[in-house]
Amino acid sequence: MTIHKHDYPGIGETLYTAVLDNGLEIRVVPKKDFSTFYAAFATNYGGACRRFTVDGRALDTPAGVAHYLEHKMFDLPNGDNALNILSANGADPNAFTSSGITCYYFQCTESFEENLRMLLHFVSTPYFTDETVQKEQGIIAQEIRMGEDNPGMRVYYNLLEMLYAHHPIRDRVAGTVESIAEITAQTLYDCHKVFYAPSNMVLCVEGDVDPEQVARIAEEVLPKEKAPVPHADFGPAEALAPEEHFRLEKMEVSAPQFLIGAKLLPGLRGGEAQRQRLIAALSLRMLCGSSSPFFTRLYAEGTLNMDFDYEVDASAGTLTMIVGGESKTPEKVLEEFNAEIARIVREGFDEAFFIRSRRASLGARLRALEDFDNVCVSLAMDCFDGYCTFDSYKILEEITAEDCRRFAETELAPERLALSVIAPKSGEAKA
Amino acid sequence: MEYSRSELMPGVFLSHLRSDKFKTACMSVNLLTQLRRETAAMNALLPAVLRRGTTRYPDMEQLSGRLDELYGAAIEPVIRRVGEVHCFGFFASFPEPVFLPGGEALLGEMSALMAEMLLSPNTRGGLLLPRYVDSEKEKLLDLIRSAVNEKRSYAVQRCIEEMCCYEDFAVSRFGDVETAEAIHYKKLSRYYRELLRTCPVELFYCGRAKLSEVEETLRDAFSGLPRGEIDYDIGTEIRMNAIEAAPRYYEERMDVTQGKLVLGFRLGECMEEPDRAAIHVFNALYGSGATSKLFLNVREKLSLCYYASSAIVLRKGLMIVSSGISFENFEPAKTEILTQLDKVRNGEITDEELTWARRAVASDLRAALDSQGDLEGYWLSQAIDGLDYGPTELAELAENVTKEDVMKVARSIELDLVYFLRGEDGEETDEEEETEDDNTQA
Repeated sequence: MTIHKHDYPGIGETLYTAVLDNGLEIRVVPKKDFSTFYAAFATNYGGACRRFTVDGRALDTPAGVAHYLEHKMFDLPNGDNALNILSANGADPNAFTSSGITCYYFQCTESFEENLRMLLHFVSTPYFTDETVQKEQGIIAQEIRMGEDNPGMRVYYNLLEMLYAHHPIRDRVAGTVESIAEITAQTLYDCHKVFYAPSNMVLCVEGDVDPEQVARIAEEVLPKEKAPVPHADFGPAEALAPEEHFRLEKMEVSAPQFLIGAKLLPGLRGGEAQRQRLIAALSLRMLCGSSSPFFTRLYAEGTLNMDFDYEVDASAGTLTMIVGGESKTPEKVLEEFNAEIARIVREGFDEAFFIRSRRASLGARLRALEDFDNVCVSLAMDCFDGYCTFDSYKILEEITAEDCRRFAETELAPERLALSVIAPKSGEAKA
Repeated sequence: MEYSRSELMPGVFLSHLRSDKFKTACMSVNLLTQLRRETAAMNALLPAVLRRGTTRYPDMEQLSGRLDELYGAAIEPVIRRVGEVHCFGFFASFPEPVFLPGGEALLGEMSALMAEMLLSPNTRGGLLLPRYVDSEKEKLLDLIRSAVNEKRSYAVQRCIEEMCCYEDFAVSRFGDVETAEAIHYKKLSRYYRELLRTCPVELFYCGRAKLSEVEETLRDAFSGLPRGEIDYDIGTEIRMNAIEAAPRYYEERMDVTQGKLVLGFRLGECMEEPDRAAIHVFNALYGSGATSKLFLNVREKLSLCYYASSAIVLRKGLMIVSSGISFENFEPAKTEILTQLDKVRNGEITDEELTWARRAVASDLRAALDSQGDLEGYWLSQAIDGLDYGPTELAELAENVTKEDVMKVARSIELDLVYFLRGEDGEETDEEEETEDDNTQA
């Protein structure tokens, strides 16, 4: 095992990377003068990874397995629960499952090595019985139902269903009450074996640590053999246009919530993917960010409020643009958004506006580096897509106004956009 | 990190925290005033109106454009209540010079801009612009009304409102719909001028700049702040006992699938001379976090709740236990929450539980040293309380809290009000009757 050192003097960071013999990628960011230690251990396996091949067998698993597995991983064979052990040891542990990845993490200010060993140990130790799996069903079903009552979740999944014809990203990460009923201990063992092999995982650590020691601990605790890297099958390629352009649903909310979305060109990896995402994010900042002409005008008019936001979401091989918030007139917002895109495609971004927006983006990215959680999770996700978030600063400086105009032209034509709305049940806002 | 505190102008105080470890510097300005129903909405509205435009940058597009030029520096409105002290103003953050291409220092320009937002808003004839006031007022009203969307926090807010119905603390930091609706731009302008003259002002800075440089820069930036007779007569009234002899009960019905049970307590006589470390450790042991009695027993072992946790409002002397339950679990969940408190009172505390709780408190405090936002909040509260020890010292105190200290806090606590948010259908909960009713159908 060799450890590589990468210096990023512009942002005052040093990154150490290594790949263990078992295929595990390690990324460590030492932080002197900080009390906090943070570790994230992630697998390139999320809610959308439902069909895959193992030992020549094609498997098709029910929706919700990755999330179910996350819940059950904390059970240890001796009856202990890893969440309790880590908490008792002063750490703050948790986990999340998205469409693309499952990530286990903790934060602490002491006993870091002990906590790291526990994290690596419990995530690499599957222990399920039909009884414990059965018991979890009620808890997860409750979580699914609570999600159904959540307007934010509904407006989001409605959008994904409208954008994607068949890609499994359109299904809820937690699955449905029916789909999780099919999950058995064997399903969990199968999926753990395939996707939780070190070769399909990454460990990211930030804090006052010695990178070599982190790598040594990982080598000691994790399995030695290198398993083949699995490939999930997300089905045939999607067309770039959405399946549906508009959907409205009514719920008990105080004001309408909406999301505008577009599928962006999928399938890029490494530096190309990173550049594409940076161009998309910078373009959106200029089109509809908090200092854009579009947002400031609609805010002053009272059409939008500070909840309005934008994001570029990369998950399970897809890339999606999402813009939205709260508005009494979501259709008007879409109309204005289309008009602003058309203007930019025609005229391009003003050069001075572009320069200061790019500066602002650099500053915002610098600020994001203060957050341990953000740094470790970004490093993990980027690793699966073959790049490193610390390179963003340099790449961003090379992006031009024309790159952004072209992005608006090729990716944000009116026929590419879809609008999802959750409106209050009674026409009037309910106090 | 070196902390120091100084008075820059009459009633204008600076808390300065020098640190080289962050990539951005942060700074805040807060006006302090008494939390009251009549004025809370105006206090909450002011920073949002002032953020709309200044004399140099008269609208949001120009103001945001200027911040973009300053490498995406941020200046955002903040509204808080620390006990019954209402604090409102701006929180700024901006890159440290060493990370900027030309090594530019932004402290001077950021101080000037933040002061300009507070002191020189875009006005006409000396009055705040009616269109800014009206549009921000609508947004504030939407925000107050939207509290009901999040049932978990809504239930806690309602419990506090009912429990403290005779106290100023019942007012949320955003005020209420009635007083917000009544705000008029002329009245708000007069009120704003008065606040500038009379409010104590707390400034905070954390970053690489030296004390003398920050003092000089801020004194310069805020030199236009008019200072009249400063109103130092602000503070929090702490009620030691429950309002009535028996705990009060308040129920609300809504179209919800999950019930919310919230118990409001007074911390009681331990607030005479509060041992803060002991109160924090008690809270960690009893109900906050994954090693607490509430989490391990009420939630995990007995599965009575989807969540159950306690939180301390230290400066007001309150403890709030909040839980999500099935409607039919109201009685058993309430009983178990109180049983666990009795266990702490009676000293049924294992050494392990005590160790876990001390560790959790100390670890949270030490982690706060790595977050500028947490540090700002910590030192603002300390300034209001007139205290000067840092998170590290409090962490050390927490590590030495004894079982007796924790029991003492638990014994001092008194239940004041039980709040229950439940579905629209179903039987009445006969809270008044003490008799057990076995044949109630859920």
